[in-house]
Amino acid sequence: MKETPLSNCERRFLLRAIEEKKRLDGRQTYDYRNIRISFGTDYGCCIVELGKTRVLGQVSCELVSPKLNRATEGILFFNLELSQMAAPAFEPGRQSDLLVKLNRLMERCLRNSKCIDTESLCVVAGEKVWQIRVDLHLLNHDGNIIDAASIAAIVALCHFRRPDVSVQGDEVTLYTPEERDPVPLSIHHMPICVSFAFFQQGTYLLVDPNEREERVMDGLLVIAMNKHREICTIQSSGGIMLLKDQVLRCSKIAGVKVAEITELILKALENDQKVRKEGGKFGFAESIANQRITAFKMEKAPIDTSDVEEKAEEIIAEAEPPSEVVSTPVLWTPGTAQIGEGVENSWGDLEDSEKEDDEGGGDQAIILDGIKMDTGVEVSDIGSQDSEEEEMIILEPDKNPKKIRTQTTSAKQEKAPSKKPVKRRKKKRAAN
Amino acid sequence: MAGLELLSDQGYRVDGRRAGELRKIQARMGVFAQADGSAYIEQGNTKALAVVYGPHEIRGSRARALPDRALVNCQYSSATFSTGERKRRPHGDRKSCEMGLQLRQTFEAAILTQLHPRSQIDIYVQADGGTYAACVNAATLAVLDAGIPMRDFVCACSAGFVDGTALADLSHVEEAAGGPQLALALLPASGQIALLEMDARLHEDHLERVLEAAAQAARDVHTLLDRVVRQHVREASILLGD
Repeated sequence: MKETPLSNCERRFLLRAIEEKKRLDGRQTYDYRNIRISFGTDYGCCIVELGKTRVLGQVSCELVSPKLNRATEGILFFNLELSQMAAPAFEPGRQSDLLVKLNRLMERCLRNSKCIDTESLCVVAGEKVWQIRVDLHLLNHDGNIIDAASIAAIVALCHFRRPDVSVQGDEVTLYTPEERDPVPLSIHHMPICVSFAFFQQGTYLLVDPNEREERVMDGLLVIAMNKHREICTIQSSGGIMLLKDQVLRCSKIAGVKVAEITELILKALENDQKVRKEGGKFGFAESIANQRITAFKMEKAPIDTSDVEEKAEEIIAEAEPPSEVVSTPVLWTPGTAQIGEGVENSWGDLEDSEKEDDEGGGDQAIILDGIKMDTGVEVSDIGSQDSEEEEMIILEPDKNPKKIRTQTTSAKQEKAPSKKPVKRRKKKRAAN
Repeated sequence: MAGLELLSDQGYRVDGRRAGELRKIQARMGVFAQADGSAYIEQGNTKALAVVYGPHEIRGSRARALPDRALVNCQYSSATFSTGERKRRPHGDRKSCEMGLQLRQTFEAAILTQLHPRSQIDIYVQADGGTYAACVNAATLAVLDAGIPMRDFVCACSAGFVDGTALADLSHVEEAAGGPQLALALLPASGQIALLEMDARLHEDHLERVLEAAAQAARDVHTLLDRVVRQHVREASILLGD
């Protein structure tokens, strides 16, 4: 399904709000949304929720033969999938640009920064190495997929345990989880992506844009750092023009954010470990709260609206009182009358006054006329309350009776002989 | 690569350059008569060829036409014999797609697309070695050759960081060594960065130095490209008999 376009007024509203340093969910410019990390029953499976954006990460491993030019290193494989449940715009054929961009960014962030020690994944040099595969699935798209995906990937990798292997001479023994406890991967550092969205040609920037903000942004700058303040990846996209000091400022902000997020991740991993050791229940089923409304839930956004009230009062004070409502019908030509405002009707000019005056019918008939004038469509049913409905055919002396109109009147009016069209119409109404 | 010093004590790199020196750049414009604009550039051993068609009417679906600006379409393909192992798919794989997307992003920002609404500009780049910088430089020259108005030159250069010194314009050996690499596309007159891409770990404190080295190298590339363009125009006007 093609994405619904963003209306101009919504775009303007968002941009004006950003200019006044207000975000729709009440966050500050450098605030992240709430991050929740939950683990599955298997090792290496986790769901990360960044606000409403949800990513599922799963790590698996396999023994394969290594690449020819890197015989002593294991293989890391990343795959991010935008599942169709994440957003209506994600369809199998349509996503290529975004998908390529995200996948390449994940690859560069995690593989090129050497966060995992690939040499430790080697079992028999040149013959058998571990291939670690990280699969990320986007479950819900509410903006900032990159950050959520990078957190999910690194959490899943930290959580994962691979089967233990021992090599004696030429013999390789692979132990099942029952024989020997699985071994965690050796991870050097945890790179985490932080996204900065730029607006109005780089004048304003926001951290962690949500989906609406992403639609109106000019471009995105992604900086991946670890908690030792080493930059693992920088990528600017979207065609924005940056200045050097903007990039430096963003890197400082990213450092602070990454430290916070890393702490959160370590705490979550620790909690999960504790629960497993103590024999408590773990897994996704445990992390979902029961008896809670999760869909169509609107929370009050903590936005400061104190200055809005003053402005609203000013506007109300200066506004003119609304013009008086005209309750008496205005008769333009015999047979047509008007209540209220609207396009000036031209039926009086088109049709001669063969039509009887309906004023006696009361307001109802006139309102019907008014509606018909505006739409210009012949409507047979306008929720008329009267049971008596009659077809009326206006006969022009020299023209054929083309126009057939329905009118609800309390007073019956006799008109021209019934013709076939009338009968057809009556059938239609019966069907209705 | 053990034992290979990327930066010797005297400050010389593997190929004898100093830290801030660029490789030798040779460029030619107007290599293809058929295309609206074309250029060929050699940066050291890296060769890139760029061809521009446009602005012309939108091919394919009319629905993609933008009412107020031109559509820039970039495709990148890398020669199969260019890398250490022979590549099986010259284009369509992820890296080529990504390179195409990045080129498009860079040139959409630089070309004055408002002057050609509802039209399409195609940029095809074929490179040897897959470096972004050579592709961008070649594409800039090709766009200039085609006469499409741009805000400014787009000059790109890569930079790295070894032993506390920032190196400009990395060669293949230095790239393969695995240190941090930064690719930067710059509009020299205003100093605005059109694209910034960095790989591998670099401490935040060194970022400024590396950025500065890359920016300076990009400005040097600009001087060279400027000279090439003026030379080409001079030759063309001599041939035309002006």
